[in-house]
Amino acid sequence: MSAELLKAVAAPKNPNIPEIQPGDIVSVYLRIKEGNRERVQEFRGTVIRVRGGGNDATFTVRRIASHGIGVERTFLTRSPRIEKVTVHRHSKVRRARLYFLRERQGKKARLKEKFIRRDANQ
Amino acid sequence: MFKGLIGKKIGMTQIFDENGAAIPVTLIEAGPCYVTQVRRPEKDGYTAVQLGFQEVSPKRLTGGQLGHLKKVGVPPLRYLREFRVKDPDVQEGDTVTVERFAVGERVDVTGTSKGRGFQGGVKRHGFGGGPKTHGQSDRWRAPGSRGAGSTPGRTMKGSRGPGHMGHARVTVMGLEVVLVDPERNLLAVKGGVPGPKGGLVLIREARKN
Repeated sequence: MSAELLKAVAAPKNPNIPEIQPGDIVSVYLRIKEGNRERVQEFRGTVIRVRGGGNDATFTVRRIASHGIGVERTFLTRSPRIEKVTVHRHSKVRRARLYFLRERQGKKARLKEKFIRRDANQ
Repeated sequence: MFKGLIGKKIGMTQIFDENGAAIPVTLIEAGPCYVTQVRRPEKDGYTAVQLGFQEVSPKRLTGGQLGHLKKVGVPPLRYLREFRVKDPDVQEGDTVTVERFAVGERVDVTGTSKGRGFQGGVKRHGFGGGPKTHGQSDRWRAPGSRGAGSTPGRTMKGSRGPGHMGHARVTVMGLEVVLVDPERNLLAVKGGVPGPKGGLVLIREARKN
């Protein structure tokens, strides 16, 4: 009973967010309000954490900004502020949380690409 | 208008507002409650509204409880709680639902906090504990002195120390109502509410504004 009530107030799933996995290179398109103007900003980087939890789910994207400064941003998956998410590539990773990328720079911070066969799941 | 409800804590989640900001909320399945008795000064010496919540099999109640509820024509109810009000504008047998509350209103929510068992002074009262280094042993979480020396020669009554923590009546005041769903008897208030999931909570109009 109580679980159903929790679901009753849950925000709808955003159909423009595909399934995201740790290691994916993604672009998150965010709606940003500037005064009364709305624009869409892109945040592109590596997914280092995907947290479930239905309505309360989040995922964290890490990108290297100018001067080699790492920037991490955590998004609420069900947030209406997310316009859409596109996945550019998948990576071969062996753990769910890619925190080890924080201590790595340059060539060491690369992840091996993983090619997923489309016809396998369709 | 009388504003009071008995409910069950469902749990916490978040709701997105029109700007897309996430608001942390506690869901409460509240009501429908029945007015089981109205206390009046002539008879009882004070005014209050007694509400009943959660229908239950008649086998669960004693004969006296059943008679009390039968007198006002309401089904057998598990919980009865009183709400002190100045002007009880409800009748015995009336139904009270979440529709009495509106979004944006402030409410006080009373619950029974989670029991923590027997706890030391550091957790229970925020004592500092002892030094961790400089040759100290077994003093990290010690409560320290309980008072002065041979005057008064005893521990003052009411002084804080280790003991049973939690499982006490706690009220959080001034919570904002974020959502009212009369169809599901659901109420969402901004922020946390005392007690475990499934715990009984009382919702009242905010005393302070």
